[in-house]
Amino acid sequence: MKYLTEFRNGEIAQRIAHEIAQIATRPWKIMEVCGGQTHSIIKNGIDQMLPPGIEMIHGPGCPVCVTPLELIDKALAIAAQPGVIFCSFGDMLRVPGTQGDLFQVKGRGGDVRIVYSPLDAVELAQKNPDHQVVFFGVGFETTAPANAMSVHLAKRRGLKNFSLLVSHVLVPPAIEAILSSPGNQVQAFLLAGHVCSVMGFWEYPPIAEKFRIPLVVTGFEPLDLLEGIRRAVVQLEAGTYAVDNAYARVVNFEGNHPAQKLLGEVFEVTDRAWRGIGVIPKSGWRLNDSYRAFDAEDRFQITGIHTEESPLCRSGDVLRGAIKPAGCPAFGKECTPRHPLGATMVSSEGACAAYFNYGRFLSANELAEAGSAWTEAAHA
Amino acid sequence: MCLAIPGKVEEISVENDLRIGRVNFGGVVKRVCLDYVPEIQVGDYAIVHVGFAISQVDEESARKTLEVFRQMGMLDEELADEAEQFARAAAVRPSHCPDGSCEPQ
Repeated sequence: MKYLTEFRNGEIAQRIAHEIAQIATRPWKIMEVCGGQTHSIIKNGIDQMLPPGIEMIHGPGCPVCVTPLELIDKALAIAAQPGVIFCSFGDMLRVPGTQGDLFQVKGRGGDVRIVYSPLDAVELAQKNPDHQVVFFGVGFETTAPANAMSVHLAKRRGLKNFSLLVSHVLVPPAIEAILSSPGNQVQAFLLAGHVCSVMGFWEYPPIAEKFRIPLVVTGFEPLDLLEGIRRAVVQLEAGTYAVDNAYARVVNFEGNHPAQKLLGEVFEVTDRAWRGIGVIPKSGWRLNDSYRAFDAEDRFQITGIHTEESPLCRSGDVLRGAIKPAGCPAFGKECTPRHPLGATMVSSEGACAAYFNYGRFLSANELAEAGSAWTEAAHA
Repeated sequence: MCLAIPGKVEEISVENDLRIGRVNFGGVVKRVCLDYVPEIQVGDYAIVHVGFAISQVDEESARKTLEVFRQMGMLDEELADEAEQFARAAAVRPSHCPDGSCEPQ
C-alpha cells in the first residue's frame, strides 16, 4: 500500500482534495459511469478523501457486469460444442452463468482461448478452417472499434467460420435512463475517458442541456479522478451544466473519426438488456444487415435458456445509488465475487466486488457515523 | 475492461492490408493495429485498447500514465498472456466472507 500512501499524501492530490472541501457548501451526489473508474476510486480511497457530503455513486459502466445472464449462458453453450473454438477476453473467464463458467467449460474439454485482440480470433479462424471460431464481443464504445474491425476483416477475407457473439452497450442512453428514473439522485456525471477517446463528447451537450446536469470527461488515474470530481463540484456550486473535458491530453470533442466510420458500417443501434437494470431502449449495438451472417446468435440458435436472478440481490438499487454495496443484506454473506448473486459483484470493476475486494464492509449508516465522528475529531 | 494503455510505436509494417505496429508498453511489446490512427509514426506514443490504437498522446504524459498504471498493478493485468490469464483464473478460490456464511455448501 506504499503507492496509496504516496498518492494520498502527494502535494497535488492534497491540493485538489483541499480545494474540493473549500468550494463545497452542501452535499452533492456524483456518479462515475465507468467500472474502471469505480475500481480506481475504491482502490485508491479517493471517495474517502472527499469532504463528507460529496458522495460518489458507482454507475453501471462495467460491461462484464451488465452482460445479461442469458448471454453468458449462450456463450457457455456455444463454447461447449465440439468443433468450436471460443475466444474471449480474460475477464469473462470466471463470470458465472447459470451452470458454471467458461473456465470450467475448458476444464470439461471445451476449446476456450483467451486472446489479447479480436484480430487474434480472426487469425485463428484462418488457421483452423475446419473449426467454427466465435469471439465474445462485449464492451462499451471503447472496445467496439476492435470488434468491428474483426468482423469487417472476416468479411473481407471471406471467412465462413468466424462469428461474433455481440453484447455491446452504450454510455449516453444509460446516462439518460438513470437521469429519467424515478427517485434519481445523481446530480453530476464523470464521463468515461476512454469511451470518449473513441466517440469524442459531441453526443453529450444535449443531455447536459435536457437534464441541466454537469458532465465531466474524466480519466482513470487517481489525480484525473480527483480533478474530474473537483470540476463537477465547481459546476454544481455555480449552478452551471456544461460538458467539461478534464482529460484533454487524450480526448477531443470529435473523437476518433476512422473508428466511428467503421462502427457505423458494421453496427446498428438496438435495445439492449443490462443485467441489474433491465432493458434500456437504443442502448446497444448489434451487427447490421450486411454483417448479420457473422452473428453467433443467429449461427448457433441456442434455445431453451431459462435464467432467474436472485431475489436477494439489490444490484439495481446499488446502480441507482439508492444504497451502498454494504447496505445490501446479502453483501459479503450469500453474495461474494466467487458466488455473485448479481451484476455488481460479477467483475472486479463492479461496485460490490470493488467494495468487497478492498474490505469496505461498513454499511452506509456506519460509514456516515464514522464520517461524522471523523469530522468532529477534526474540528475538536 | 475499458482501460487503454499508452505505448511507444517502435516499428510499423503492413500485414494483410492492416497497418500493424510493434508497440512497447514499458518493456512488454505487443502487435497493435494502427488503422484507426493513420497519422501515427514510429517514435510516437499511442493509447491502445485490446490491440487497437485509438488515439495519440505526448511522450511525457504517456510515461507518467505508464508509471501510475504499473504501480497500481494494472499493466500486469492488462498485458498478461493467455497462459497467465488461465493460471489466474485457476487460482480464483471461493472467497471468504467476514462471517463464513458464504462458504460453498
